[in-house]
Amino acid sequence: MTQKELFSSVQWTVSAFTAYLREIFESDELLQDAWVRGEISNLSRPRSGHLYFTLKDKRASLRCVMWRSRAVVLSADLHEGMEVEVRGSIDIYELGGQYQLYAEEIRPVGEGALYQEFLRLKAKLEAEGLFDAARKKPLPRLPKKIGIVTSATGAALRDMLNTLRRRLPLAEVIFSPTTVQGEKSPAEIVDALDDLLRLAPDLDVILLGRGGGSIEDLWAFNDELVVRMVAASPVPVISGVGHETDFTLTDFAADLRAATPTAAAEVATPVTIDDLRAALDGYAERLEAAIYGVLEKKTSQTDDLRSRLVYLSPLRRVQREMQHLDEQNSRLNIAQAHYLDMMRAKLKGVNRRLDALNPEAVLARGYAIVTDKARGKVLRSVSEADEGVAIKIRVKDGEFDAEII
Amino acid sequence: MKDLESLSYEEAFAELETVVNALESEEQSLDDSLTLFERGQALIKRCAFLLEKASLKIRQLSSDGLDDEQSA
Repeated sequence: MTQKELFSSVQWTVSAFTAYLREIFESDELLQDAWVRGEISNLSRPRSGHLYFTLKDKRASLRCVMWRSRAVVLSADLHEGMEVEVRGSIDIYELGGQYQLYAEEIRPVGEGALYQEFLRLKAKLEAEGLFDAARKKPLPRLPKKIGIVTSATGAALRDMLNTLRRRLPLAEVIFSPTTVQGEKSPAEIVDALDDLLRLAPDLDVILLGRGGGSIEDLWAFNDELVVRMVAASPVPVISGVGHETDFTLTDFAADLRAATPTAAAEVATPVTIDDLRAALDGYAERLEAAIYGVLEKKTSQTDDLRSRLVYLSPLRRVQREMQHLDEQNSRLNIAQAHYLDMMRAKLKGVNRRLDALNPEAVLARGYAIVTDKARGKVLRSVSEADEGVAIKIRVKDGEFDAEII
Repeated sequence: MKDLESLSYEEAFAELETVVNALESEEQSLDDSLTLFERGQALIKRCAFLLEKASLKIRQLSSDGLDDEQSA
């Protein structure tokens, strides 16, 4: 037996030792993010809101704690004996000398496998381009015929109908019932969609939905045939499956994903009856304004024509012509008077000159005119006075005969 | 022009849009303008009536096809 060396090993305090172990745990990445499967026992939820339980299987147990901040958003409804998968990090609770799993997420067993299947199918269909944005069909702004595919008995139908009745009672709904969970559900959903497209080909939009539930409840909406049917629909499809946080493959394939059935009915009716009333009021106002505009324009055109007509009136023209005539007339009168005066003055001058030439006036001054009596010719020169010619002599107060000697 | 009574809301509203646009933009005779205005008023009445009495029609598909209208 060998004697142990005194002071040969490091002496630890409990806390230093525990702290060292803790460092080892924390430096191991595998321990910092692990999924651990087991059965829940010793579940306790004290008033602090933290969640304590032990995860166990046949051969081991693991203490678990979930802090309140994570526990309040936990969707699974935990109970004793439930098989779950817990994700979290392993650490040491130094005071209790225990290692434990600090849980971040808890899900029922089976969901994990389903989720893997979900991811696999999603990747496959995505690779086929089934979810491409380019495939999305535009939604009508004012649908006349709305198809609904959901359960005849669920709250989803009631919610959708109430929403449509409130927002757009002008619309007509064609309802194609189907189960929305269970093994037969995928085939029924496909049939219901197919019936709808076949029997009501003039639909404007289709609402496909169901209320919230667990991932298994919603599973029909992750079925490959259902997803393909939705993607292939010639009529735009709006999905409203589950709650805000639930996403199904049908949501990805639909032309629009709404969070809930109610939301699906809302986005299907972007224009409500209130909008229509407001639009109608707007048009009524525009119609009134337009007719007033027309009447005003016609009135002003009439006024304009009237004033042009007055300007062009024959009466006015006659008046203008008469005025013109008057002017011409007075000008004529003036011209005439002027002409007459001129003629009168001219005549006076001529008279004076005529007076001066009047032979009577010369005779009166003592002159006489001698005419050859036989030839009737005035004798103006001595050379014409031949002896023995009988002449006539005219004086102021008469004439007498004589003979040249 | 189609008979007012046979016009759906969409048809009546679409025609109303046309009428108002025509009255607003085009050069019409006074008679035509007044005819358009009266038609517009009738269309507004028709639309308002259809909005007033609108109530969601619901029909359910069955194995035989479309069921008769159900009360909502």
